[in-house]
Amino acid sequence: MIDFELKPETKQLQQMTAAVANGVFRPVSRYYDDHEHEKVKELYALVESMTPPVRKETEGEGKKRSGRGLAQGPEPNVALVVSMEELAWGDTGILLCWPQRGLGNSAIEAVGTPEQKARFAGKFAAMAITEPGAGSDTAAITSTARLDPETNEWIINGEKIFVTSGYHCDAVVVWATLDKSKGRAAIKSFVVEKGVPGMTVTKVEKKLGIRASDTAAIVFEDCRIPYDNILGSPEIQNRGEAGLGGVMKTFDATRPGVAAMAIGVARAALEFTKTKLESEGHTFPYGRSPLHLNAIQKSILEMEAELEVARLLNLRAASMLDTGIRNSLEASMAKAKAGRAATLVTQKCVEILGPIGYSREHLVEKWLRDCKITDIFEGTGQIQMLIIARSILGFSRDMLK
Amino acid sequence: MADFTLDEDQRQIQDMARKFAANELRPIARECDEEAVAPSEVLDKVWELGFCANAIPENYGGYDLGRSALTSAIMVEELAWGDLGLTMAALSPLLMMVPILEFGADEQKEEWLPKFCGERFFPGTAAIMEPRIVFDPLELGTTVETQGENVVISGKKCMVPLADQAEHILVYASPRNGDAPQPVKAVIVDRNTPGLSIGPKEKNLGLNALPLFPVAFDQCVVPASRCVGRDRGIDYMKLLNLSRANLSAMAVGVARASHEYALTYAKERFAFGEPIACRQSIAFMLAEAAMEIDGMRLLAWRAAWRLDRNEDATKDAGLAKMYCAEQAMKVVDYGVQILGGHGYIREHPVEMWFRNGRSFSITEGLAIG
Repeated sequence: MIDFELKPETKQLQQMTAAVANGVFRPVSRYYDDHEHEKVKELYALVESMTPPVRKETEGEGKKRSGRGLAQGPEPNVALVVSMEELAWGDTGILLCWPQRGLGNSAIEAVGTPEQKARFAGKFAAMAITEPGAGSDTAAITSTARLDPETNEWIINGEKIFVTSGYHCDAVVVWATLDKSKGRAAIKSFVVEKGVPGMTVTKVEKKLGIRASDTAAIVFEDCRIPYDNILGSPEIQNRGEAGLGGVMKTFDATRPGVAAMAIGVARAALEFTKTKLESEGHTFPYGRSPLHLNAIQKSILEMEAELEVARLLNLRAASMLDTGIRNSLEASMAKAKAGRAATLVTQKCVEILGPIGYSREHLVEKWLRDCKITDIFEGTGQIQMLIIARSILGFSRDMLK
Repeated sequence: MADFTLDEDQRQIQDMARKFAANELRPIARECDEEAVAPSEVLDKVWELGFCANAIPENYGGYDLGRSALTSAIMVEELAWGDLGLTMAALSPLLMMVPILEFGADEQKEEWLPKFCGERFFPGTAAIMEPRIVFDPLELGTTVETQGENVVISGKKCMVPLADQAEHILVYASPRNGDAPQPVKAVIVDRNTPGLSIGPKEKNLGLNALPLFPVAFDQCVVPASRCVGRDRGIDYMKLLNLSRANLSAMAVGVARASHEYALTYAKERFAFGEPIACRQSIAFMLAEAAMEIDGMRLLAWRAAWRLDRNEDATKDAGLAKMYCAEQAMKVVDYGVQILGGHGYIREHPVEMWFRNGRSFSITEGLAIG
């Protein structure tokens, strides 16, 4: 039955995360933007204090338990996006540093065996996909994984860039090919724990925004890892996404998370802008004909509508996941809409606020910088449009490039 | 919990409306647009779906199945997909019935509601729009003045559906008693009231199948007992919100019609040796339209859902109407653009949806559910 009301448990989590965002993230938001890549001490202290960890519930439970602290209650994925919006409202960069909430963790949860889930529990796992020569085109990656039959170890070689949290994490889920000639089907993902010989963080990127979160380049040189660190099957099957060991499925769950981030930052900027305007006597008459609105009012109302659409599309994608309905199309719609809308909203807010928006005395300029990443990582807006278009047209990759 | 799936009743209504739209409305849509008519057989067929009688309590002759803005939104999206003008014409009785059902005094319900429970189409209508630039329903130029036992209505209305057939028109007007703004009144006015004149049928950019008329009121004297809700009056904002939610859902229907047609065309039309849909410039327009249509629908549903919960939906309905009107225009524009020159030719329906789609940012109060 169509219902836009959140469950009481979800609302509780929403309130809790809103309090964290306001009380913990916001006060240090500017500090960690200025002190790029410094480990967010407050966040680790917060996670420490949140004992007993929700993680314990992961094992043996049904798929409703994704094990991530925020994905809980009777509608875990809805709870996740609702709480991520709140936390991103506080600070997106800091949210991305949340230990044990890395993309790699999502991949392990999505396709890992119970043994793997137990072994890597409590580890902050990043995901390494992009290479200097391959971004959105994941099939073009050149990092290799070779099995050493004598030691039964995988040997990883290659260079990865743009690894979110690659510097502070405990482990990295690396995408590598078993046989370059076999295309996507041969690409598998492997968990490489920090400290393994042959794995070196070579660079920590300086970025436009989300500066609290580190983005690393990692080189693998004859890096040996146990056989059991492969996620999914080692077989090279020519069955589309299955070739990636099912890791593509991770995105169905994580894209709504990124969309929620986008909505959270943009909401912060919009709220700030509205408050400033209201303090100077501006009003926002919702019931009036748009023809009667002035340019500022029209902009504000349009931005609210854009964010509301993004939020509803995202809630739909998340709730489908909760009810076990395949949501790739809907997740891409949510991600595309949210990334785009939020980016435009933060830009417009800076414009409306003028010097106040542009000044680093306030956070709006930072939100503009932070927000931009949401239209890029986890699949750019353009990649989402490709996914949507192929889906509604029933076209293969070859038919729509 | 957050849930976006239809329940069994809603699915049945959606299914029924979808089939009806495909079988009864779509096949005659072009002809009705060209000839600017809403055939009475169609109005009767829609009437038989029971959209009026189902909502009216048994003691007034209805089936008392309840009224839901959300269910209505689901239904009108489908019907508007078939044809917007015909849908608005056929559902026009609701413009009069709903305000009476929601806010009418008991004796008004007794007098009027049974008329909407008959076997044949009962042409009810309402006059809200006014022929002036930047029309805002919150600032009506038509006035209603209390004079003893009567009220006097003056002003000009336009886009009044079926004013040629309707015996009565529900007129929205602003009370003129001193300077302080007063709540808008809805007055049931007989068509033969002295001073009331119905102009020649309007010719508009679109909505041709919907017969619309200008109606002028020159000092029309009407018994005060004809004011809906009598002294209590109406909750005008709620009616406006119900209308905005309903129009938003219709905008989804029109946008969807154009989008589906353009999508099919783009897969079949070859250029440079492959379907034009194989090009990102076309494919991305289609993808964007699909995304926006889903977003529009969710906004419309949320406004309707809030109305069903009896909460203030002014913000939700206002944003939904604004957003859906804009996006519908974008989608129907894409529809014509994707067909290119063929989209401009009246052999294809996209130009009709383009004209009809333009109406949503203009119309207020022309549909309600």
